[in-house]
Amino acid sequence: MSNALPPGLPAPAQEPVAKPYWEGTRAGKLVIQRCKGCGAHQWGPEWVCHRCHSFDLGWEEVAPRGRIWSWQRPHHPVHPALSGFGPYTIVLVELPDAGNVRMVGNLLCEPTAPVEIGAEVEAVFEPHDEADPPYTLVQWRLKG
Amino acid sequence: MSERTLRGKVAIAGIGETTYYKHGQSPDAEFKLALQAVLAACRDAGIDPKEVDGFASYGNDRSEAVRLAAALGIKELRFSNMHWGGGGGGVAASVANAAAAVHSGMANCVIAFRSLAQGQFARYGRGAAVAAAAGDDAFLFPYGLMSPAQRFAMKITRFMTEHGIRHEALRSIAMASYHHAQTNPRAVMYGRPLTEEKYDASRWIVEPFHRLFDCCQENDGAGAVLVVPADRAKDLPHKPTYLLGTAQGGHHRSAAPVHNAPDYASAHFPTVAKNMWAMAKLGPQDVDVVQAYENFTGGVLLSLVEHGFVDPKKANEFLVLENLLAPTGRMPMNTSGGNLAECYMHGLEMVNEAVRQLRGTACNQVPNPEVVAVLGGPMVTPVSSLVLGTEATL
Repeated sequence: MSNALPPGLPAPAQEPVAKPYWEGTRAGKLVIQRCKGCGAHQWGPEWVCHRCHSFDLGWEEVAPRGRIWSWQRPHHPVHPALSGFGPYTIVLVELPDAGNVRMVGNLLCEPTAPVEIGAEVEAVFEPHDEADPPYTLVQWRLKG
Repeated sequence: MSERTLRGKVAIAGIGETTYYKHGQSPDAEFKLALQAVLAACRDAGIDPKEVDGFASYGNDRSEAVRLAAALGIKELRFSNMHWGGGGGGVAASVANAAAAVHSGMANCVIAFRSLAQGQFARYGRGAAVAAAAGDDAFLFPYGLMSPAQRFAMKITRFMTEHGIRHEALRSIAMASYHHAQTNPRAVMYGRPLTEEKYDASRWIVEPFHRLFDCCQENDGAGAVLVVPADRAKDLPHKPTYLLGTAQGGHHRSAAPVHNAPDYASAHFPTVAKNMWAMAKLGPQDVDVVQAYENFTGGVLLSLVEHGFVDPKKANEFLVLENLLAPTGRMPMNTSGGNLAECYMHGLEMVNEAVRQLRGTACNQVPNPEVVAVLGGPMVTPVSSLVLGTEATL
């Protein structure tokens, strides 16, 4: 399977605050922050729990599925890697199994496919093994 | 305890701007543009530039206060201030910070300004040329979400879809700015009118709501205003324009990472607008002219809704061109052409236009306005807004 977008876009810096997430995606798992103090899910990653201020933030594997909260389809290429490519589809996905936190990814679909808010989607792990260091992105496709 | 407020305490005594250019076309360096705008504002106010004792800006302006103070031979620098946050979210905040400094006695005569030559530095509309994306961007850039248009598009999709608002409402916002620019010789889009056909035929930047003409320009230039105590403004050449209310910030977790703000489909004004109206002791019904920062037309819609100017249920009916035009529209808006068609000076040009309307010297003058609102850059965070008024409103 080819990747959602052409090569050459910036890779994610796999920073310490987000390390368990990136390790999880390499293993095909969706792992996000969950506070050990109060149980709140949190995304994106931060050093403190926004609800109870505990620094004891754990990481939990969550079901790799969600609902489309919003979407967009960029046409204008804003990066050299995207010149002559596109349009492509970006979705904001809400995770009902993780306190409705939201994640951004590409929707794997035709560039003219209609997109509906509320549609159910499942995660597709997209490995970039050639990168140094390697990383895996989380993409989304409509639930069949 | 006396009331803590800026209402009526300070005035904008002078406004200034450079020639506005398309990005890359300024013959002058960015810092020189800043100097020109500052000097123009002082000249307009009839105040010796060496009397200026403070500078306030926003959007990570590169023209630092200390360099300005040295270059202009300022006698004494008493206030220098940079408002956090990118884009034009801080435009009203820079004026507010200048006002707070003047009212508190920290300074006497403060310039709020923005200088920006995108042609000489990075352009906002391009993705950053980095090998690895850090922070929030690590979860956005690899998916091709990099530019401001893309950062905000999903707020607009969500809001417009939820409320059934049609793209034509955004077209009216774009056309109002272009219409007003046709009588403003300062405007970069002067002589370049926009028609419905031209708008509808323009290319997509981002589907489903951002065509080319929904997006601001990228420009070179600078703008500045001079803030002084209210009692001093009475002795200066122009009819004083008073600060009536202002607020900045954002509501609960508006900057939550990776698009996780609880109130997502928002321009981030709910609490800011409430605080501003409270200080002004006014509401949207009292406003004669609106200057609403356009980064993208969808953001203007959200901003108008959150300041109470537009009911989302009636947005399709209300946001038609005739309602937005000076002099006779129900809500004359962006009367100099705004960011879309006058100049993308991060909204500073809108503060200048608000002052011109209150002085009665605008290109598209609304008859005898007493209150003008300036709604700063929407959808970023922190955001800021202000209301100015004539002496009659005090």
